[in-house]
Amino acid sequence: MSRSEILGAIRRGLRRGPLPEHETLGLYARLNAHPRHLIPARSRLPHPAQVALFIANLEKEFGTCTRVASADDVPGAVADYIASQNLPSDFAMAPHPELQAIPWHNRPLLQAREGRAQASDLVSVQHGYVGIAETGTLMLPASAGRPTTLNLLADTEIVILRSSRITGAMEEAWDILRSEREGMVVGNFLPRNVMFITGPSRSADIESTLELGAHGPRRLHVVLIDDQAAG
Amino acid sequence: MTQTATRPRVALFVTCLVDLHRPSIGFAAIKLLEAAGCQVEVPRAQTCCGQPAYNSGDRATAAALARGIIDAFSGYDYVVVPSGSCGGMLSSHMPQLFDNDPNTRARAEALAARTHELVSFLVDVRGLSSVNASYPGRVTYHDSCAGLRELGIKTQPRELLASVEGLNLVEMQEPELCCGFGGTFCVKYPEISTRMVSDKTADIVATGAETLLAGDLGCLLNMAGSLSREGSRVQVRHIAEVLAGITTTLPAIGAAQG
Amino acid sequence: MLTTSPDFKANTTRSMNDAGLQKALARTRPRFPASRAAAVAKLPEFEQLRDIGRDIKNHTLANLDFYLEVWERNVINAGGHVHWASNAEDARRIVLEICQRVGAKTVTKGKSMISEEIAVNDHLEKHGIIPVETDLGEYIIQLRNEPPSHIIAPAFHLNREDWEESFRRAHTDLDPNRVFSERRDIMIEARTKLREKFLAADVGITGANFLIAETGSSVIVTNEGNGDLTQTLPKVHVVLASIEKMVPTLEDATNMLRLLARSATGQDMSVYTTFSTGPRRPADLDGPEEYHVVLLDNGRTGMIGTEFQEMLRCIRCAACMNHCPVYQTVGGHSYGWVYPGPMGSVLTPSLIGVDKAGHLPNASTFCGKCESVCPVKIPLPKLMRHWREREFERHLSPTATRSNLAIWSFIAQRPSLYRLTTRIAAKVLALLAGKKGRLAALPLAGGWTAGRDLPAPEGDTFFARYARQQRGEA
Repeated sequence: MSRSEILGAIRRGLRRGPLPEHETLGLYARLNAHPRHLIPARSRLPHPAQVALFIANLEKEFGTCTRVASADDVPGAVADYIASQNLPSDFAMAPHPELQAIPWHNRPLLQAREGRAQASDLVSVQHGYVGIAETGTLMLPASAGRPTTLNLLADTEIVILRSSRITGAMEEAWDILRSEREGMVVGNFLPRNVMFITGPSRSADIESTLELGAHGPRRLHVVLIDDQAAG
Repeated sequence: MTQTATRPRVALFVTCLVDLHRPSIGFAAIKLLEAAGCQVEVPRAQTCCGQPAYNSGDRATAAALARGIIDAFSGYDYVVVPSGSCGGMLSSHMPQLFDNDPNTRARAEALAARTHELVSFLVDVRGLSSVNASYPGRVTYHDSCAGLRELGIKTQPRELLASVEGLNLVEMQEPELCCGFGGTFCVKYPEISTRMVSDKTADIVATGAETLLAGDLGCLLNMAGSLSREGSRVQVRHIAEVLAGITTTLPAIGAAQG
Repeated sequence: MLTTSPDFKANTTRSMNDAGLQKALARTRPRFPASRAAAVAKLPEFEQLRDIGRDIKNHTLANLDFYLEVWERNVINAGGHVHWASNAEDARRIVLEICQRVGAKTVTKGKSMISEEIAVNDHLEKHGIIPVETDLGEYIIQLRNEPPSHIIAPAFHLNREDWEESFRRAHTDLDPNRVFSERRDIMIEARTKLREKFLAADVGITGANFLIAETGSSVIVTNEGNGDLTQTLPKVHVVLASIEKMVPTLEDATNMLRLLARSATGQDMSVYTTFSTGPRRPADLDGPEEYHVVLLDNGRTGMIGTEFQEMLRCIRCAACMNHCPVYQTVGGHSYGWVYPGPMGSVLTPSLIGVDKAGHLPNASTFCGKCESVCPVKIPLPKLMRHWREREFERHLSPTATRSNLAIWSFIAQRPSLYRLTTRIAAKVLALLAGKKGRLAALPLAGGWTAGRDLPAPEGDTFFARYARQQRGEA
């Protein structure tokens, strides 16, 4: 049967049988320790500089960003952005407690439909889990409160992110996910998927020329809530 | 030991192409080495570094030739080669032919450690930063692949060319792009090789240089042959010819006589 | 996928005379290297990351059986299924069974070289299931019934006219007189057409850039988002992955990701990097109900423990072919199978046999540029040389080459004979060239002189002149 054939062939190639226990102990130890490798210096900065780096990288990759002082200012920022892009004011929204707590009623024209996205959605509003400064990347693990389709089906995706959730490197983002989800799912801690998104969808397949909006959203806008504690 | 430091004994590895096609390069090398304070000998029991066999998969012949080289070139302070690809063969590849023979491998590694390509030897080992030569005109320089990627030869030729009186170095768009020679490649896949060398000659001609230089005769023959087939007037020489100042009496590669 | 690798020479003649292809190659040729160089210049740690990447892959390969078993357990714990496939036929059968079991009519596909390798599309079509490529480049070559010519930019050999012509022919429900004023219009049309397919698909098939033992995850990397639409919308997600895609931990994958996009397109990070682990969870609002990984061997275990094991470090970035002067001259189709360029020249003989793919490792000048840009430091020229050694041992090289080499090697091992032969050869060639200084034609050297002149030698060998000099003569 293929499984034993393949494992047997690997062992024959390596000129050994299955690994003895003392060697697997070492390998399990490495898995459990999941050691970090070299993290480039560019994101080793004080937090405010990491926030600035995140925004700079996001914009370099054709994303856009608005900073607001608190969650109360989010509806205004979303409304302004939607108006500036001539978009409709109804959107699919992630049913995440933090987004549900935003005072959307302050902008009554905005119409949020909670849940996953549908193909007909032009705008989606997603909950940002973590931002990674090194590359201007959003880490968006799937969950009941953060459906994946909001990242994919709408023409424009708006992500609401707290600046205190911006970290330097992907390794730090993994650590946050590990600590916040450990043991949540039997067997392993990862959700169904974790999307790392860096800017809007694009392709350079046609004569090697870059165009935005290949299949995923052609606009990615981040509303960044400056909630980082001073000092 | 002081004797070594002041007047090292250098064995010249001529290379089969220089021997057969353009001995003047070998004599230019000797002149440069002697001017740099070396005592130069040319072991007679040398033919070829074995790279054609090695790159064709014939390890046995390559190893046989290598043993001969190890014997012929032992006892010198340095072995110097006017070619990056033969130099690379001796210093990077030869030891690996003897994985099953630790004694020969050790001797091969000892030889490899003492082996240098000519221009990098002059600059990196003898500490030369200039030469006494004159070659007025625009010159472009091709970085042969093995010399560049196996032996790190890049700045050394340019440093010495900068000291040549009247010489104006103009870089190609892609000086490091392979010229398409590749030893046996150019005869096994001649169409592809011809296309590659014409891309190279287009780059050369676009520099406006009157002369093309490089450190490897194989590349030079390939590029010279293509330039002359195109009717170009660009002259082609080995860099040693210019550095040693023998160009007034030596026609360029492939140039008409008289 | 059927191979034309034995016809490499004829393929290259055709491709070098294909004006459209040459135009496309000229356009892309400077771009990938320039992008990569710019990205690398901005990251001082890049060289160290390459070493780490090489070491991670070597460690994984040395313990591949262990990591495969750990990964399998974790996939199952997450609610996924693992199917082991020894060869292409097994893999095709498994994919078909999964599709038939759920009554699939349409299957969307993210870009997967493995899917080309096992020729799964043809197999599905034969059984009445329609596979639709969703990566823009893969979509157009599917429409044109062509194989991919590059492992990450499969349609880079096409020009705009080709796209427009194929779209007009295939999208018959649209106005045949419509105008594509910009490239963007082509993309938007594809986006609209493929959106329908994404939504209708019963099964989504993706490849995997990495498998992660620690978590039982698969990773895909795209810029378009098609891989994510392929795997999130349908009821069933099938991952096609070969065994050497494994890395141990998320942190290991993170290091590899720092190398991948930079080496491939010069981006610091691709737009969508997605880690998938099993099917949707009970509380999820979207996502597939089933997650299957088809784990493929197809000749890779035969490389382990051999001099070709290092090739299994490859992360499919395509940097090697982007920088290869031969590939950039002849294009990807010349190589005749799934994997072109330097990595294809080493991998293809391993997977389909050196008797069929023998030309590939020979059609290299060993310039070494590929190795210098490989993010995991695979010694590609050395591995190609090993293939030449295998061919030499098995007498697979052409007879003429072998004989010429044998004659030359006899002479070269005998310095006195060599001295004599070379003196004669030098004199004869110089005489033939006469005053012209070069030969435009030379018997037995047609390969050289067809395309360029042969410069004349000086006429004396070095050793003849040196000997005279030593004797005190002029």
